[in-house]
Amino acid sequence: MNFKGTAILALILSLFSAVSVRAQQGVEMADTMRSEGKIYIVVAVIAIIFIGIVIYMISLDRKLSKLEKELRD
Amino acid sequence: MAKNWWKAVAVILVLFALIGGLLIDVPRLPILNETIRNLFYHVTMWFAMMILMTASVVYSIKYLRSGKELDDAKAKIAAEIGLFLGVLGIATGSIWAKFTWGAYWINDPKLNGAAVTILAYFAYMILRNSFDDEEKRAKISAVYNIFAYVLLIVFLMILPRMTDSLHPGNGGNPAFSQYDLDNTMRIIFYPAIIGWTLIGVWLGELKLRLHKLRIKKLEDEL
Repeated sequence: MNFKGTAILALILSLFSAVSVRAQQGVEMADTMRSEGKIYIVVAVIAIIFIGIVIYMISLDRKLSKLEKELRD
Repeated sequence: MAKNWWKAVAVILVLFALIGGLLIDVPRLPILNETIRNLFYHVTMWFAMMILMTASVVYSIKYLRSGKELDDAKAKIAAEIGLFLGVLGIATGSIWAKFTWGAYWINDPKLNGAAVTILAYFAYMILRNSFDDEEKRAKISAVYNIFAYVLLIVFLMILPRMTDSLHPGNGGNPAFSQYDLDNTMRIIFYPAIIGWTLIGVWLGELKLRLHKLRIKKLEDEL
């Protein structure tokens, strides 16, 4: 067997072993959702919500700073 | 702006935890399945709450030593934010329980301990509101706050470890711990705790500044 063939065989074997380790544990996870890439949609939604709240907090923070300045003068 | 760097740190850490918490590979454990990721969300609420309650009791002790109104205000605000995070912790835990155990609430030492702690801090808020005299309010509620903190330590940290509980990480149930040998989760978990705590501190800072403005306005009117 040439070098290329050995490499491919090794790759296939290692893939198989990875799959079998997962199968052994047999714990159900959201693998389909991940393989379809839909998890990124959820990530984007959560990130937008959090960033929105942060922007709101920053604007509150600025308003307070302005009031503090007004009362100081 | 230079003194606000920690707010940026808070946002970056929480964003990192929110995104990373969904994307990293996690251990495949029975019962928990994909909800093991709640470690990054539900558990961090409790950790941030405990840190804020510690800050609160430190300010209460400071108040008892100094008698400064501002220390009492800081103790109250830290407890308020901590209580808010604790309520979120209870609510998120309850949702998880419904889908894992089939009920929003079960009679479990860990859950009941959390409920007692939350109630102890609600009592702190009610106690504060029941005084007209400001100095009396500050003094008595500072003493009570120390008592509430002891309850927190006992009911959140000690009792659940002494008895068996269904909660992950207790009584041999799977969870993230040194026995489950997963250090990758710590990379998200610890920044999440720091980030949410700092977000809590930010909220508290806003409240404190509002409080100071109110005091200043009252003084100006006099």
